[in-house]
Amino acid sequence: MACTAETLAAALRAAAAVIAEHRAELVELDRAIGDADHGENMDRGFGAIVSALDTATPETPAAVMKLAATTLISKVGGAAGPLYGTAFLRASVKLGDAAEVDGPLLVEALRAALEGVQARGKAVGGDATMVDALIPAVSAAEEASGSGIAEILSAAADAADKGAESTVELVPRKGRASYLGDRAIGHMDPGARSTALLLRAFAEAAK
Amino acid sequence: MSVGIVLVSHSAKLAEGLAELAAQMAPDVTIAAAGGLADGGIGTDYDEVVAATQRADSGAGVVLLYDLGSAQMTAELAVESLADPSAAVVVDAPLVEGAIAAAVAAQGGADRKAVAEAAAAAGAPPDLTFDEGTQDDESSVELTLRNDVGLHARPAAVLVRSIAGLDAQVTVRLGDETADANSVLALMALGARQGDRIEVRAKGAQAEEALAKVKDLVDQNFGE
Repeated sequence: MACTAETLAAALRAAAAVIAEHRAELVELDRAIGDADHGENMDRGFGAIVSALDTATPETPAAVMKLAATTLISKVGGAAGPLYGTAFLRASVKLGDAAEVDGPLLVEALRAALEGVQARGKAVGGDATMVDALIPAVSAAEEASGSGIAEILSAAADAADKGAESTVELVPRKGRASYLGDRAIGHMDPGARSTALLLRAFAEAAK
Repeated sequence: MSVGIVLVSHSAKLAEGLAELAAQMAPDVTIAAAGGLADGGIGTDYDEVVAATQRADSGAGVVLLYDLGSAQMTAELAVESLADPSAAVVVDAPLVEGAIAAAVAAQGGADRKAVAEAAAAAGAPPDLTFDEGTQDDESSVELTLRNDVGLHARPAAVLVRSIAGLDAQVTVRLGDETADANSVLALMALGARQGDRIEVRAKGAQAEEALAKVKDLVDQNFGE
């Protein structure tokens, strides 16, 4: 199954539902090492994406991603807004004017999203950020690029889950959590967790 | 037409207060505050940063300063989204000192690159050098400060502006410390107060003119 503007919009609505469902969990993760607003910010941002999709009908997958990007940039406060906004924006650029996204193009878009996040946030693997979920996710997606959309996203989501789990043992080197140093060990990074949740939501929607 | 300045902060009060402070030293520069969220909360508002950047650009470009990490990301994203991203630049500088230095440089007619450099340099240690005695090719004049606050922020800024366009290297000495007269922060770091006697030295083609301007300012108590 290839991904069209309609199926991508539906996936974003599903992602919004997942984020809403995990709002309290993300708040709790962020309370431990940040300012306890990640769940609320993400819920507000994805809620706004749903509202935007209710009133506009973007015609290409790239246009859907661009609408999501600009909404996240404007509505999600803190570092997550510009970071997720950049990820969606770079993915949108990579999708170009394609009417349907196939496996190889999806993998390219995921790679572009990762590179955008790294350029914006200057984080590398091991800094205990969303990048620790995204790097293994993109690698897994690249390995699965010969398969269908659902399989690629499923592999990416599995790898992102493991990557998010790995941040529990890391000392954060970026953002507010970095001020805590060793005291942040034992806590999962909220951004890595939300990245894993989003990829899982996309994978489920693609089935 | 001077370079515009945008102050990106998580707090509306911080951005506005700093814009107010910097404007005192640079009355002709557009200093746009982009602080806080639209609902009054703490955070950075991308749309507001874009709008402030457009507002601050009179054609000479814009320099953006920020307080904390995500404000930097928002500022960089805003610049990337401009029709002409080369019109604006985000500078890594201490927010307060950088804003003052940038504002004074912009008021003096510096271009976007020089304004950005002035802001970035504000993070370096004050430009103080030990007294090495008057050089042969220098002229100098000794002046006594009579104004209330001495070489504090506003008078220091007025002094920097007064010699900005001149072909002269000017320094101000107090005791055994000497400051570059192009740097508001270096002048302020001298801590020259009312009643202090400073020595102003200049070399270059317009050295005499520079000294005369500074003498006038001191004689007129910097317009206070």
